Amino acid sequence: MTDVRRAIAQAQHEEWARVVARLARRFGDLDLAEDAAAEAFATAVACWPADGVPPDPGAWLSTTANRKAIDRLRRENKRENKQQEAHLLYSVPSEPVGALEDEQLRLIFTCCHPALALETRVALTLRMVGGLTVPEIARAFLVQPDAMGQRITRAKVKIRAARIPYRVPDAEELPARVSSVLAVLFLVFNEGYLATGADTDPVRHELTAEAIRLARLLRGLMPEDGEVAGLLALMLLTEARRAARVSASGELVPLAEQHRQAWDTALMAEGHALVRERLASGRAPGRYQILAAIAAVHTSARHVRDTAWWQVVALYDQLVRLDSSPIVALNRAIAVAELEGLELGLATVERLADKLAGYHAYHATRADLLRRLGSREESRVAYDQAIELTANSAERAYLTRRREQLG
Amino acid sequence: MQYLVSVIDDGTEVAQASELAAVQAFNERLRAQGHWVFADGLAEPGTATVVDGRGEEPVFSDGPFLESKEFLGGFWIIEAPHFDVALKLAAEASKVCKRKVELRPFSVLKE
Repeated sequence: MTDVRRAIAQAQHEEWARVVARLARRFGDLDLAEDAAAEAFATAVACWPADGVPPDPGAWLSTTANRKAIDRLRRENKRENKQQEAHLLYSVPSEPVGALEDEQLRLIFTCCHPALALETRVALTLRMVGGLTVPEIARAFLVQPDAMGQRITRAKVKIRAARIPYRVPDAEELPARVSSVLAVLFLVFNEGYLATGADTDPVRHELTAEAIRLARLLRGLMPEDGEVAGLLALMLLTEARRAARVSASGELVPLAEQHRQAWDTALMAEGHALVRERLASGRAPGRYQILAAIAAVHTSARHVRDTAWWQVVALYDQLVRLDSSPIVALNRAIAVAELEGLELGLATVERLADKLAGYHAYHATRADLLRRLGSREESRVAYDQAIELTANSAERAYLTRRREQLG
Repeated sequence: MQYLVSVIDDGTEVAQASELAAVQAFNERLRAQGHWVFADGLAEPGTATVVDGRGEEPVFSDGPFLESKEFLGGFWIIEAPHFDVALKLAAEASKVCKRKVELRPFSVLKE
């Protein structure tokens, strides 16, 4: 029984996106694809315990889902002839049906279409590609299941009415469209890594794991894309530090204070290999590749004092040229403080005051530098501001302890 | 598949001769590539009359249906095989007319 359950869970992970992608391609309708796939998985749950797990679960699920879709179309045809017309109109007949990889890519690019709001892309991707249920997605983003269901339904209506196509974008559009997909995966990861809900766990492994799973899938589909590799490496090198990031008492542990023996060496090796691969390509790195390289520098140091800060600063200099956001500038300033001294770091941080006054990390960084410079009173005020602006429970706990220690 | 590309005007840009030429060149391209259905600009919203003919006698009111800072300045109706083509054309339309545009599909399920 547990073996069957495991087989079903595994099929859900491995086959869901394939089944949905095939159906979406064949019937040109995401709604139908989603429902038929869900019915097929429900049938598996009902039948496999008695009948046994089929030798090729993926093929079984695809065939079953296909039959469910056709059944549903027949039922609906009796009521509404126009439905069929819409399906036929919708498909793009000029393109030959490609390999399964292409079908999955089409599905991903459709769910992450830039004409959909970012939060909608996230929800749709987790449902259609990730196979999460609507209540699971609602829980992940702390919204009511009904509201999440409506968001997904509205997106499917728009995709259908506006004829957002199932296609892999052509070379000219590809970089922008890939970055739209990566933004979705990065958001899922960050929501797991820096959980913002007051009542949620400080690190939500189910979300970081799902983001990594989807990034691995995308990497398999687009092995040549540098930014895809970069984002996967960044996630792996961040996830590698997860166990060390929150203490037993539920407090956030900053990078400099983490027990580095607790870092996951397998994830680190995989991440480092990806970073090396991108460096060897000789091509100019994008944003995620630079962030991954920075994470690689940090995870290569056995002790914080061994960190090659000059490399970190050089990489941030490169990043600032691609991304002029004040948050990048803040992270660069932190590295500058380690490389060139706390005073210079603090001055660099404080130049960002106007832009980052509402951002907790700005105040937390200032508080830390002021504390280390011995400016107790100023540091305390900065900690107060940081605590006020922080939603993450573990981070609040850390900042509060630091403030108390000022005496 | 037809799409409506509405030009969102806020009255700050005055149409220049060079701009009209760019729009005309774009329209020629739409015709040559088979995307053209119709396009035109509208007179200012103050010239509008709202008409309600549902009662026994039609009722007229002077001025636009909605008073707002942004208004419909003109539109294209384009033909495109799918959304991504329409999106690209809408971006070009926005560039040549120097205004934001709204891209919206026509509804296909009609009796």
